[in-house]
Amino acid sequence: MYETLSSFAQTWGLGFFVLMFLVAVAYALWPSNSAKFREAAHQPLVDKDPSDD
Amino acid sequence: MSTRADTSRGSGPGFSIGTVSALTGLVGLGVLIIAGNAADPMMAAHAWIFFLLTVAGLMITGFWAGSLNGKNPFNPAFYEDTIVKFGVAASMFWGIAGFLVGLIIALQLTFPGLFYFPELGWTNFGRLRPLHTSAVIFAFGGNVLIATSFYVVQRTCRTRLAGGMWPWFVFWGYNLFIVVAGTGYLLGVTQSKEYAEPEWYADLWLTIVWVAYLMVFLGTLWKRKEPHIYVANWFYLSFIVTIAMLHIVNNLAIPVSLTGSKSYSLFSGVQDALTQWWYGHNAVGFFLTTGFLAIMYYFIPKQVNRPVYSYRLSIVHFWSLIFIYIWAGPHHLHYTALPQWAQTLGMVFSVMLWMPSWGGMINGVMTLSGAWDKLRTDPVVRMMIVALAFYGMSTFEGPLMSVRAVNALSHYTEWGIAHVHSGSMGWVGFISFGALYCLTPWLWKRKALYSKALVEWHFWLATLGILFYIVAMYVAGITEGLMWRAYNEFGFLQYAFIETVKAKHIMYIVRAAGGSLFLIGALLMAYNLVRTAMGHGEARDTLAPDAPKTATPALQPAE
Repeated sequence: MYETLSSFAQTWGLGFFVLMFLVAVAYALWPSNSAKFREAAHQPLVDKDPSDD
Repeated sequence: MSTRADTSRGSGPGFSIGTVSALTGLVGLGVLIIAGNAADPMMAAHAWIFFLLTVAGLMITGFWAGSLNGKNPFNPAFYEDTIVKFGVAASMFWGIAGFLVGLIIALQLTFPGLFYFPELGWTNFGRLRPLHTSAVIFAFGGNVLIATSFYVVQRTCRTRLAGGMWPWFVFWGYNLFIVVAGTGYLLGVTQSKEYAEPEWYADLWLTIVWVAYLMVFLGTLWKRKEPHIYVANWFYLSFIVTIAMLHIVNNLAIPVSLTGSKSYSLFSGVQDALTQWWYGHNAVGFFLTTGFLAIMYYFIPKQVNRPVYSYRLSIVHFWSLIFIYIWAGPHHLHYTALPQWAQTLGMVFSVMLWMPSWGGMINGVMTLSGAWDKLRTDPVVRMMIVALAFYGMSTFEGPLMSVRAVNALSHYTEWGIAHVHSGSMGWVGFISFGALYCLTPWLWKRKALYSKALVEWHFWLATLGILFYIVAMYVAGITEGLMWRAYNEFGFLQYAFIETVKAKHIMYIVRAAGGSLFLIGALLMAYNLVRTAMGHGEARDTLAPDAPKTATPALQPAE
């Protein structure tokens, strides 16, 4: 049981996490997301109330 | 557009007041039963504290709700700022309490003849030490995180906090947990797990509070009016979710009886140790790191009026921390019964943490691009940037110490104490001070702090204090580490343990001096914040109610 679980974690588990991480990095670096992120970076600098549009 | 602002309708303000009161009343009833049947005096004391505070809470809620006269206290057209004001006050109070207890235990170690009182068992070092660690980490740090997260999530989602009364349940419930935990340490109630000392009933209460916190935070994200979830909220969310998971798993225990304070952990032996340090190290990773990085990603851009240096880097920073941190815990268990491969895994993942930590630090510091003059002119900005310098330093040092060969020298010595204090006083302390210095004028609508000169005093006193503290502890740590491993020509240990203790005496004096400076700085800060809230000195000018919250209008900064 222990052997099975640990070998699963050390192969498929590892591969799964690496893949997930690569997806996150791809999302961050995807060229078409760049405009969205540039706008998001300014989000704290905007002072608006909840009722403002 | 007030019509669109009312998306949270459906359950009026009375509903959340009712549900919070019902839960509080139910808990109050439960603890009253326990108080009447308590199996030990500690449980009786805690049940009565719990009962009296729930009754007080219900009465205050009742009077307050009665005075509303049909007015909606949770008007969605406005931000919920009162709770953040309470959070600022609670943070400052617990901060000073925690630093003071830290100074007391430093003095106990330095002058045991003067500061050790055998007839007063509750003042013993073993009882005061967890009081210090919990007060600074959970009471001070936790209140800073709750307050800033409530402030930031509203601003960046452009919507009022979700849940009506529930954020107040989170705030008071969390502080009730702190009181129960702290008094428990003095009474001798502990399950002996580092940073997780509170017993099962306090743990259950914190679980309820924390789930409410998660729901309030998620609910606010859910009704956001900004399409993108700003990166600071990701960091806050990871802190809330991970702490919930860590807290629940590490505290799985069976109470001896439902009316007694003692419980036994579900884990034993090396499994218990691994679970504890999986918890312990990720409390560092997700409480003391991602939570405060959220502060960095909001308050530094806001205070210098510049966007984050690289938003893409912030996303990579976030996900790499998430993927790597969770594996680093076993480095606390080098040379133990833990399998060698697990120790090595912890060590390798700790070394990998160098990259995201430094990436994040660079991202924070470089946010000042084009506004470097603020380092000279704005001591609050300087404080937050020095916090990042300490973050970089302690996250460089941590992986180094996790290497087995280095750990052989550093572990169990004062080197570890130096490391955690450069992280906690330098990084967590300074970024929190920066956030509180920012928040106070924003919340009380003042154009400036009461006195900038006092901030300068605070900055230099605290910086000097930290340097005294950590340099003394590095010297003490390496000294004792080398003395412990020194052999004479016959193969016997060269030094008796007491000789290694004596060797640290001067360093202990320097450490206590450093702690005093840090505490004096915090007292100046509290004075400054109170006078700012009262509108004295340079804080005399108030902002118009609907004016922007910063002194300069937040325009898109020109490159």
